Amino acid sequence: MSSKALTGAAIIVKSLEDLGVDVIFGYPGGAVLPIYDELHEHSKITHVLVRHEQAAVHAAEGYARSTGKPGVVLVTSGPGATNAVTGLADAMLDSIPVVCLTGQVPVQLIGTDAFQEADTVGITRHCTKHNYLVRKSDDVSAVIHEAFHVATTGRPGPVVVDIPKDVQILTSDKIHNGPIEHRSYRPAFKGDDAAIKKAVELLAKAKKPIFYTGGGVINSGPKASDLLRKLVRLTGAPITSTLMGLGAYPASDPLFLGMLGMHGTFEANHAMHDCDVMVCVGARFDDRVTGRIDSFAPKSKKIHIDIDRSSINKIVHVEVPVVGDVAAVLEVFLKFWKKGKHKLDNAALKKWWGEINENRKRYCLAYPKRRDVIMPQYACERLQELTKEKDVYFTTEVGQHQMWAAQFLKFEKPNRWMTSGGLGTMGYGFPAAIGVQMAHPKALVIDVAGEASIQMNIQELSTVMQYGLPVKVFILNNQYMGMVRQWQDLNHEGRYSNSYTASLPDFVKLAESYGATGLMCEHPDDLDATILKMMEIDGPVIVDCRVEKLANCFPMIPSGAAHNEMILPDEDEIKEFEGGATLV
Amino acid sequence: MIDTPHQERHTISIIVDNEAGVLARVIGLFAGRGYNIEHLTVAPVDLEGNESRITVVTTGTRKIIEQIKAQLDRLVPVHRVGDLTDEGPSVERELALVKVTGDKQQRLEAIRVAEAFRARRVDSTPNSFVFEVTGKSEKIKAFIELMSELGLEEVVRTGVAALHRGKKVL
Repeated sequence: MSSKALTGAAIIVKSLEDLGVDVIFGYPGGAVLPIYDELHEHSKITHVLVRHEQAAVHAAEGYARSTGKPGVVLVTSGPGATNAVTGLADAMLDSIPVVCLTGQVPVQLIGTDAFQEADTVGITRHCTKHNYLVRKSDDVSAVIHEAFHVATTGRPGPVVVDIPKDVQILTSDKIHNGPIEHRSYRPAFKGDDAAIKKAVELLAKAKKPIFYTGGGVINSGPKASDLLRKLVRLTGAPITSTLMGLGAYPASDPLFLGMLGMHGTFEANHAMHDCDVMVCVGARFDDRVTGRIDSFAPKSKKIHIDIDRSSINKIVHVEVPVVGDVAAVLEVFLKFWKKGKHKLDNAALKKWWGEINENRKRYCLAYPKRRDVIMPQYACERLQELTKEKDVYFTTEVGQHQMWAAQFLKFEKPNRWMTSGGLGTMGYGFPAAIGVQMAHPKALVIDVAGEASIQMNIQELSTVMQYGLPVKVFILNNQYMGMVRQWQDLNHEGRYSNSYTASLPDFVKLAESYGATGLMCEHPDDLDATILKMMEIDGPVIVDCRVEKLANCFPMIPSGAAHNEMILPDEDEIKEFEGGATLV
Repeated sequence: MIDTPHQERHTISIIVDNEAGVLARVIGLFAGRGYNIEHLTVAPVDLEGNESRITVVTTGTRKIIEQIKAQLDRLVPVHRVGDLTDEGPSVERELALVKVTGDKQQRLEAIRVAEAFRARRVDSTPNSFVFEVTGKSEKIKAFIELMSELGLEEVVRTGVAALHRGKKVL
């Protein structure tokens, strides 16, 4: 406690400073002006002025996911808070630590339908891990410290702190610093040794094991990825990852089967279906991963490591649950595995890999090698090839381009891949890239986008210009909401209801109107040169990459089907272009 | 944990911080995830008024019941969650106020039934009574059913309050 009285706004900013915050993404308004006054020319905290509050939250998510530190948002009351809701829901479903400070009308006006009043705590209750309404300036500092504690520990998530304007103006001498002793919140951390021992014994007896890992490994920190690599290599078992977990295990490693799920690889999904022991690490059996539940991995016994008890047995029954932090659990797991001198049955493992390698020969990611038009898969392959030596971070929007990026980009390290997994928020990738670039100013940050998604937060071009952020937006432009169109093909007999976008902007001119660079690419022969040029330009770039309009994303588990009922790409169509193919 | 196909009825007790909005968090969880609430009681239970005890009677398959408890447990202001149906014997009580109107023979009959149920007359006018009846929910239901023939006008019920039997505490 300090004896010097400060205004609530000064306490807010001091608390953020004490908590090590260096960047805030936000947008000012009447109910947060005292806080903005404190941030004016602040020496330690940079405020990034976004152009829409939703983008502020996505930027904070990008910052958080690429650094492991919480992202911080500051918006005003009413519309400021409601605009932030989509971002908060996104962070909730993907378990991203974000602290969002919202302004509120003065305490005595709450409940009177005052100007720019919204029941922010009520509205955000379901899309945050926790939220607070601070009624006294004496409470401001402790609540902000607690908000950071809740957002970053246990299963991370977004936390809203709603602060009425008068609370920002009134003074207090109560300034909290140091750790939080919470009355009721006790997140799990260390797993139960007996449960881990059981898990080790179950895995040791496996004939067809598989590791199925997710975003929980990334959230647990780099140590979790290291331990996962050690354990998987020690056992020699195959590993697959969810969309959220890409990068936790290196894509180039031969034990890695690629992503699983609706647009996962044939070999990963079949290995999941046929396995006898599944080790789920920090993943949550999402419906896009499991396909039809009653035929999900029917012959398997399952181990589930998760920090959130409510994830266990929510969707799929597991034999051995372990509630705890991934790194903490894997450390003990490895210790027990080594101590027990456990080893998988070599002959069985060899046979298992034989089956998997047969499935790999299906080349499920094959696509027609067209010379006349850029195939979106080819564009992703070239992006991967030409950026692989760089210090590169990828974000995406949502749709076909997102799945192609997940299939064809190869992540070797965690925290390099930012995509909206749970909520599937179009408009996520560009602002998320802003957050990543703020955290890693020298890195190459690329938002793989679709022409539909990018328009949902296109206004952030103004932000990247203002802060000189050299974010690259690579649009796979097929003029359709491609994933919607694909589903209309599969489920609605090709009736393309409202999935074609007429009146698209000229993205090159659009970039130029903000002072950024726009590049157009229409032919496969120009693709490499365009990507290289994009990378050379020291500033924001939009690439309008015109791709085949009707390409579908395969392989695919149709909604409601099982892992072994995948639709593969059309082999005849692929063969048709093989003869004249010079593109690889 | 193997799921049961049939619906189970469980009495769940939750100790929470007595802070603004905490009930909305608990109820919102049930509404948002599509769980049932059959009964709900809530009030502060310590002398300082820092902690409240919420009792919820809910129904669901075994898997849903387990999920409800896990979801409640991860709410930040929740201290403890207990399943009184699972964790040994418990005692459950509910209180109802029941208003009946009528005269002469009907009044005498209402008083007789009330005595059989050990219901107290807490309000009495020449043509109306308010009875206070406590007991298990089934007893309350039976009382109301009998009173419906005897001039039943209005009912209010507190919902179930429940504690473990013996020395066991939540």
